Amino acid sequence: MPILAPIGRVFLAFLEATGRLGRFAITGVSHCARPPFFPRLIGHQMVEIGYYSLPVVGLTAIFTGMVLALQSYTGFARFNAESAIAAVVVLSITRELGPVLAGLMVAGRIGAAMAAEIGTMRVTEQIDALTTLSTNPFKYLVAPRLIAGTLMLPCLVVVADIIGVFGGYLISVYKLGFNPNTYLKLTWDFLEPLDVISGLVKASVFGFLVALMGCYHGYHSKGGAQGVGLATTNAVVSASILILAFNYIITTLFFGT
Amino acid sequence: MTIGTPKIALRNLHKRFGEKRVLTGVDMDVAAGESIVVIGGSGSGKSVLIKNIMGLLQPDEGSIRIDGEEVVGMGTSERERVMRKFGMLFQGAGLFDSLPVWENVAFGLIQAQGMARDEAKTIAHEKMAQVGLGEEIGVLSPAELSGGMKKRVGLARAIAMEPEIIFFDEPTTGLDPIMGDIINELIIDCVKELGATALTITHDMASARKIGDRIAMLFGGKIIWDGPVAEIERANNPYVEQFINGLAEGPIEAATA
Repeated sequence: MPILAPIGRVFLAFLEATGRLGRFAITGVSHCARPPFFPRLIGHQMVEIGYYSLPVVGLTAIFTGMVLALQSYTGFARFNAESAIAAVVVLSITRELGPVLAGLMVAGRIGAAMAAEIGTMRVTEQIDALTTLSTNPFKYLVAPRLIAGTLMLPCLVVVADIIGVFGGYLISVYKLGFNPNTYLKLTWDFLEPLDVISGLVKASVFGFLVALMGCYHGYHSKGGAQGVGLATTNAVVSASILILAFNYIITTLFFGT
Repeated sequence: MTIGTPKIALRNLHKRFGEKRVLTGVDMDVAAGESIVVIGGSGSGKSVLIKNIMGLLQPDEGSIRIDGEEVVGMGTSERERVMRKFGMLFQGAGLFDSLPVWENVAFGLIQAQGMARDEAKTIAHEKMAQVGLGEEIGVLSPAELSGGMKKRVGLARAIAMEPEIIFFDEPTTGLDPIMGDIINELIIDCVKELGATALTITHDMASARKIGDRIAMLFGGKIIWDGPVAEIERANNPYVEQFINGLAEGPIEAATA
């Protein structure tokens, strides 16, 4: 059956890629736990991911909060349910939009940079040079990025949550005429610890995925400038898709019945 | 050929990438303290040969012995122990562009041997002096260096850990003839001073004649000629003759070379 052969080939290629990625991830994680550690490199990556992503994540969050308040007002005003705006804003931000949007922005900013940096190191033989200097590239390049990504994205999301809620507050109070105290009280009343916690767990997983994709595609890039470009694209696209897929999975685990 | 265990012994080494057979049974012995140069056209598998010996690539078949110890199929930690005997000068120098020059030279000392940074810096400056670089170069970034300077830094880094075996990947490629000769001189001096075994791959015959005690020619995935430098003119092998005289006409077809 000639029609089955191509299907099989695609399926086998998929399995092979998944296996390769899985092995890469396991090797990377195992090196996170085994000494020697590189605190300087971890610190450097944490600043790079956490601190320098603040502006872009903050801007994304504030506009998202603002537009959420505005859009939900348009809908809820028809049913005289304006008081639900605070709840919609805070729940959407903490549970979904904070982690997902921060994850996507960081994928674009950090995942791409990681793939480009490691990819360039690969094609200019710097990774081979690491190995010849008795330094494991997984330990030196991959582990610090995985650790920093997993730890820093939750921090970014805490900031994004606060700024996002503040964005909703701004619109509700100054444009839609809510009482500031009532709005804040409603926000606080609706919010439960699990909403924030689930968001932070997501953030941590997304941070890991972004770093993993950046490292994986960079590490396996080949063929000069074009290869590095391709690695960068693949890192961002695959990280984005994985973020959305894992967002669904984690939501199901937390809230699915 | 000296008596005793060869420093490097290759037997029936095979390596292919997909359908492309690059090495098809390489046999070679390198005695301790000897400087051997492997010549061959672009794409003849010289780099693949070196990377197999260093363990950056795994051969498909065959045996590689370093000091009589089989390294094919060795575990990671064993491999790292053997790797400490190696130093390598990469074709594009392979310097870490995120680190200043002195840290490049001191990298192995700091990361692999756990030496204190100050102490490593002193040694780095010594090694840099040995290749004709002043301390003021140490603070520069590799991106600020010319091609010849990069090679010098790469050489200083390769000898910093005082390896027993040094690999040189096209040491003169991309340099003007005078700078090429300076690098050749430095290589000879450094190898002599360390008493190291050297394996150089090149297609620059002037460099090969100068650096090598012995020359081996790789063609079609095999060593087709192997002998002392002085004898290569009388090799009586049409492939070698065509190569060392740089002729377009001959048994080696340009398309495959």
